[in-house]
Amino acid sequence: MDFEPVIGLEIHVELSTESKMFCGCRVKFGGEPNARCCPVCMAHPGALPVANEKAIEYLARIGLALNCSIPERSIFHRKNYFYPDLPKGYQISQYDRPFAVDGRLEIVVDDEQLTVGIERVHMEEDTAKNIHAGGGGRIAGAVYSLIDFNRSGTPLVEIVTRPEIHSPQAARTFLNKLKNLLKYLDVSDCNMEEGSLRCDANVSVRPAGSSGLGVKTELKNMNSFKHLEKGLAMEIERQAQLIESGGQVVQQTVHFDFATGEVTPMRSKEFAHDYRYFPEPDLVPLAAGSDFVEKIRAAMPELPDARAARYVNDLGLPAYNSEVLTSSRELSDFFEATLAHFDDARMASNWIMGELLGYINAAGGDLASCRMAPAEMGKLLAMIRSGAVSNAVGKEVFAEMCKTGQTAGEIVAAKGLAQISDEPELAAIAGRVIASNPAQVEQFRAGKERVLGFFVGQVMKETKGRANPQAVNRILKEKLAG
Amino acid sequence: MVSDDDVRYVARLARLKLKSAELDRYSRQLSGIIDHINKIAELDLKDVEPTSHVTRLENVFRADTPWSSVSQEKALLNAPEAEAGAFKVPQILEAGEQ
Repeated sequence: MDFEPVIGLEIHVELSTESKMFCGCRVKFGGEPNARCCPVCMAHPGALPVANEKAIEYLARIGLALNCSIPERSIFHRKNYFYPDLPKGYQISQYDRPFAVDGRLEIVVDDEQLTVGIERVHMEEDTAKNIHAGGGGRIAGAVYSLIDFNRSGTPLVEIVTRPEIHSPQAARTFLNKLKNLLKYLDVSDCNMEEGSLRCDANVSVRPAGSSGLGVKTELKNMNSFKHLEKGLAMEIERQAQLIESGGQVVQQTVHFDFATGEVTPMRSKEFAHDYRYFPEPDLVPLAAGSDFVEKIRAAMPELPDARAARYVNDLGLPAYNSEVLTSSRELSDFFEATLAHFDDARMASNWIMGELLGYINAAGGDLASCRMAPAEMGKLLAMIRSGAVSNAVGKEVFAEMCKTGQTAGEIVAAKGLAQISDEPELAAIAGRVIASNPAQVEQFRAGKERVLGFFVGQVMKETKGRANPQAVNRILKEKLAG
Repeated sequence: MVSDDDVRYVARLARLKLKSAELDRYSRQLSGIIDHINKIAELDLKDVEPTSHVTRLENVFRADTPWSSVSQEKALLNAPEAEAGAFKVPQILEAGEQ
């Protein structure tokens, strides 16, 4: 039987505010444990939360960028459960009155445009961090746990999609697009390794062509794009095999061991969904009237689609270049920073898409693996345009700059790569080449004009490729004609 | 009427241990509350916003300005046990259960 997977994602985003959601403790990754806490985020009796205005602004940006509607009123709820990383015995979250609802994000998978519905976007707070001691890091088998409250109360936005994703690849594409969007919005550093962007997935399978929903399982903390795609593929395969062999999928949270491919249930769902939500009395409602929303909308950073359109309309770039350049915030920022030092957008975009992306792909990394500053790239392009270095040498220098972070000037000087356009110098070299190849001179004068290429090659050899080719051609023709 | 089982369930969620006399008392008290809510539910409330807050305040925010946190030493003063600058707590989960 053919099965169709049905996937919904829950994404948690830690906001990059200066301070926590409900108190003024600093938000930062790492550092000494329990050094960024206070009575509010450690839940001492009598401490009261006050919402961080910046976090609400970031929340609104996310909601608007995901094409959500923003209800006029939303409230916080208490989500009650007991766990040592949750000092209050509840998490402040949102329940039936979330901040933003009914959005969508368009993605392209295998040249097909797909729309993924966004069910809701809501505000909550992150929990403390557990360090499980004594059991090799896994929860089961730990002898005791250590709790670090530095992360407790970090502003956390939860984004929930509708179950409208139908392949692991589409899930990965969605998460990638969302991450890029969040970076454009300047609301999070989206560092998956440090946990500032986390993804859970609900997945079920159903016979292809049917429309009901099968029993779903939840995959927690798919902490990289690769894990998300692979984990989903493995779980879909497991469910399909189970059903084909006459078994039934049990609703549960599963943990994947990516090394062995083994699936283990993580926790029983018996009580997990009874969180006894009730309105948080310590925080007043959020009233996001149209003025509020319009103010946020007006101050929104430029989003990728708008940037791409600007590249086409104002800079005259082809649509394809614009799309590639805006596919990542970093690349697009690099391009714009280069333009601050070099005014030919077309040439800059060609060098970024050819040489820079080539270098990054070969290095197997991201833009951070390139040590060349955009301003220096601009200077190199100016040298190429003026003829100070040849195109071919420029590519060599470009790669060297990416690798070492040296400036174009330094590399050209150190390696003696400057283009020779000096007429008397080139004339002298051309004269020597002609004098030492009389047979070829005969052939040229007998009408075999392509022998010119031979002479150009000889001059290039003499100058280690640094001679200005146009000048060499002209000088050789003059001399050979004489 | 709230049954003893309902009370036991809620007590378990709230990590409360109840004696049988308390079980009886709480099921009567909780029933009283539910009866009251049911009485309200008899009214036509379709145009009435549920009341979550009574102060009529909204949009109370603080600026995103960090303050000085307490020191690690102070933070751990209430910890029955501490290790390596962290609160030390008993093993959290048995395999497969919460």
